[in-house]
Amino acid sequence: MSTEEIRAALADIVNEVAGIPADDVQLDKSFSDDLDVDSLSMVEVVVEAEEKFGVTIPDDEVKNLKTVGDAVAFIERNRAA
Amino acid sequence: MSALTVETGAAHAAILGVGAYRPARLVPNSEVVDAIDSSDEWIQQRSGIRTRRIADDSETVISMAVDASRGAVEHAGIDIRQIDCVIVATISHLIQTPSAATAIAHQLGTDQAAAFDISAACAGFCHGVALANDMVRAGSARYALVIGVEKLSDITDPTDRGTGFIFADGAGAVVIGPSETPGIGPVVWGSDGEHYDHIRTPDLRDLVASDQPHMPFLSMKGSEVFRWASFAMAKVAQQALDRAGITVDELDCFIPHQANNRITDTMARAMKLPPTVRIARDIIDAGNTSAASVPLALHRMIEEGDARSGDIALLVAFGAGLSYAAQVVVVP
Repeated sequence: MSTEEIRAALADIVNEVAGIPADDVQLDKSFSDDLDVDSLSMVEVVVEAEEKFGVTIPDDEVKNLKTVGDAVAFIERNRAA
Repeated sequence: MSALTVETGAAHAAILGVGAYRPARLVPNSEVVDAIDSSDEWIQQRSGIRTRRIADDSETVISMAVDASRGAVEHAGIDIRQIDCVIVATISHLIQTPSAATAIAHQLGTDQAAAFDISAACAGFCHGVALANDMVRAGSARYALVIGVEKLSDITDPTDRGTGFIFADGAGAVVIGPSETPGIGPVVWGSDGEHYDHIRTPDLRDLVASDQPHMPFLSMKGSEVFRWASFAMAKVAQQALDRAGITVDELDCFIPHQANNRITDTMARAMKLPPTVRIARDIIDAGNTSAASVPLALHRMIEEGDARSGDIALLVAFGAGLSYAAQVVVVP
């Protein structure tokens, strides 16, 4: 999957969980500040993303995923591994 | 060598009666927001909670449990003296020993009963149901009272943004006794002590030694617990259905521990519960009452006609430990 494909798939998840338009979910956006995804919704996004991308995102890692770009980069790194 | 004589109990056990005690004082979000620098909207959005019940000085763990138990015994249509075991699930009986159960049994007037507390936090009530089910079927009790009771306001830090708006007080109780048909399915239970610190109270020795001694307040790692509860517990709940041979389409009521309405929503979605399943939402105006939440929610669903006699209900409770237990029951 390309970076853009991962971003688009992640945007669908964010849309499904938090009702945010998928087009707003761009790499430079902060989940909490720009997209208004609260910590509990973030957990749901993470669990859905684990399933969709076949990665494991530990609790300790979730707080480092501040922007959509952070999450996409984490997924790219760990899918390749 | 002589062989021991052993006994057997009833072929089946069931919940025969349900009782509840809700403290008189209703506390809206507007009364708790200042201490946590929050808003009614924030609390509702994060938890679904609008109000909670908070006990006053006269409403104790013992008194609330006794009131709820009387209701359960009356609903079961038995005499209180027929109760031969009292099991109390609580984390807020603040006397290390003796148990709350012996005082409750005494006040109820069933002094001969075996009486003990169990420590399984929010999962305590479902642990108690599993124990009582096995006791009745094994012959070590004929009628057991299982009580979930909490006065969490005693051990909640009102200034803690993670817990100050969540926890509340109340008691629920059930009578479990012999039944002609199976009324309680196999328990699916377990623990995950790797996360011992996710929800806990402090070591009392540290509190006593501190400069500013205070009550042993509960602390919770919200996001971690949310993830575990919403997703891992949906699987446990599904296993309890499978073990009882019940499909989601045959299920009438889903009564999870009232931890957070969003956990309930996420679990229901993860389990793909059909819209015909009625889901307990007692947390909205009762808050999270830990061990008391499942019997309180069951009682309310019966009162409001959402759970009818003979309905199939799925109970699942989870909390500190981490510990969890789930079973399918028939509504009395």
